[in-house]
Amino acid sequence: MPNDVMAAKAAPAAQADATRTLSYAEAIREGLAQAMEADPRVFLFGEDVGVYGGAFGVSGDLYHRFGAERVIDTPISELGLAGAAVGAALTGMRPVLEIQFSDFATLAMEQLVNQAAKIRFMFGGKASVPMVVRLPGGSGTGAAAQHSQSLEAWFAHVPGLKVVQPSTPHDAKGLLLAAIDDPNPVLIFEHKLLYKTKGPVPADAYRVPIGKAIVRRQGRDVTIVAASVMALRALAAAEALAADGIDAEVVDLRSLRPIDTETIVASVEKTRRLVVVYEGVKTMGIGAEIAARIAERDVVRRLAAPVVRLGGADSPIPYNPVLEKAAVPQEATIVAAVRTLMQGDRR
Amino acid sequence: MTPPASATAMSQVAAAPRAELDALDDAALRDALMRMHLIRKFEETAEASYMRGLVHGTMHLSIGQEASAVGSISPLARDDYILSTHRGHGHCLAKGADPARMLAEFFGKETGYCRGRGGSMHIADVEVGNLGANGIVAGGLPIAVGVGMSIKAQKLPRVCMVFFGDGAANEGAFHESLNMASIWTLPVVFVCENNKYGMSMDIAKAMAVANVADRAAAYAMPGVVVDGNDLPAVAAASRVAVARARDGGGPTLVECKTYRLRGHSKSDRNLYRSKDEIEGWRARDPIRRLESELVATGRFDAATLATIEADAAREIERALEFAKSSPDPDPADLTRDVYAE
Repeated sequence: MPNDVMAAKAAPAAQADATRTLSYAEAIREGLAQAMEADPRVFLFGEDVGVYGGAFGVSGDLYHRFGAERVIDTPISELGLAGAAVGAALTGMRPVLEIQFSDFATLAMEQLVNQAAKIRFMFGGKASVPMVVRLPGGSGTGAAAQHSQSLEAWFAHVPGLKVVQPSTPHDAKGLLLAAIDDPNPVLIFEHKLLYKTKGPVPADAYRVPIGKAIVRRQGRDVTIVAASVMALRALAAAEALAADGIDAEVVDLRSLRPIDTETIVASVEKTRRLVVVYEGVKTMGIGAEIAARIAERDVVRRLAAPVVRLGGADSPIPYNPVLEKAAVPQEATIVAAVRTLMQGDRR
Repeated sequence: MTPPASATAMSQVAAAPRAELDALDDAALRDALMRMHLIRKFEETAEASYMRGLVHGTMHLSIGQEASAVGSISPLARDDYILSTHRGHGHCLAKGADPARMLAEFFGKETGYCRGRGGSMHIADVEVGNLGANGIVAGGLPIAVGVGMSIKAQKLPRVCMVFFGDGAANEGAFHESLNMASIWTLPVVFVCENNKYGMSMDIAKAMAVANVADRAAAYAMPGVVVDGNDLPAVAAASRVAVARARDGGGPTLVECKTYRLRGHSKSDRNLYRSKDEIEGWRARDPIRRLESELVATGRFDAATLATIEADAAREIERALEFAKSSPDPDPADLTRDVYAE
């Protein structure tokens, strides 16, 4: 039910502004600009976010529009920067930190996991850490093993953090603005392959609620749950499957923590089949969590087939483009897995 | 490094101590002595409570380091910020925390500063600018950079003082933080409490330079070594560093050479240091040292000193009663403060 309501609400809003199209990167930039215009506490900082405009061009001209004190170029000091975000957030600011590649969050784990996530709890609820960390992640750019990871599940494991993964320009802006409003530390895993993708983006400073999934495609036969670029591949796969007469429903998670269990369960109640697609390493990943949430519900008794997890290979991301594609689920992988699932079902 | 040798070294680098004493009026001295006694008695009470099984968990006592905490914080105003360490009871009390709510936190009670969620290593008192002790070595250093950025962005006349130990000076966070504070001229005072050991590791074996403060040169900021057991000397060094930060001059690295008379934590069997060394430092106890100086210079008489100590003792007795009689948290509230609404 809630997912259908969400879909129904989101669709007309998007259509109203359908004539206005922005790229994912432009949508994030517009969100940053609107947040900085509306609230003097908001500032952006990180490596090369200023004059250079960001390694992926996300901050663009913001340095020239808002000045060096609000779009701050920093030394290459991820641990220090994450801690600086904590300190600024604790004392009245609304920092937005860009960690140039999400892989480099490994250098900042101490501050993100031990400090940002725990301070409110450790202080008995007497402080909050309203910081946003933007983390470009994912494979597909030939950047190899240390610049291509999908580490979102690591952070989704940590109580006190919120983790989102936008798949469209619309959600990239709306989730960013919601994250900046949020009184908790929010990590936004942006996907490098998505920065140039275009889509309708309303001009106003709208919010996409954190913790709410959305049903991107209604279907009867199978539920495909995915986020970020995998949600787009799932949608493409669903269209291909429609030619075979398989009607797939696609749930775009949008948030990993908190996760919208109800939308997933409601969809699986309807389709009785579940495929979870995610780019992070399959083992101990998001798919296991979602499969377990289904296994813990009564709906598990009504499944027509076992749950399928399509995750990243148990391997670092390789450089060679053929290998790189093979390391994470592709549209064809999803199509094949769903076909097998449906055949197994008939047998 | 034996205590007499280090005392000689310190007297060469610290300014003349008598002028530093004269800089403190009677009210300031009484306040400083009171706070040092509060810290000492708080920690002795905490330790005794642990020994009697009244509290669980570990603790890191700063007995012997009171002058470093009280002297460093003495120039700060109520709305200035501090960030502390795992050995942070002294900083917390010096910044004005209520020992009753601190001890209640130690006992894990709902009335504690963190409602029993944080314990000894995470006491924070945000209302008086205490942004928290920290269980991670060097954890507070990068946070101080952000606090400094925040003060500067909001154009507030405030200062952030961050404490850390000699062990923290070998973490990467130290380097990143001092560098950023310096390039952005942030109002941060870095106070290294060098108590000679990172748990058991002698700083002389863990660091290639003689003083942590020597590293300040790499960040183009002043580096000051001070006898951390000499309250007037610490206060004088801190006044200069705080004034510089407040006036827009940027950060300073102050190194207080001191010594913890107790072990690192409750598991410590003192296998790495000698009884002679400990006794040598006990002879330089910062509280007795200040008291002797005050009597010798005629500033306070013995009766006044006794009154101050007795007042501190009464306050800690009251704190212990409060902690013991306070309620435990309700398990139903366990996850209540994981997220802010």
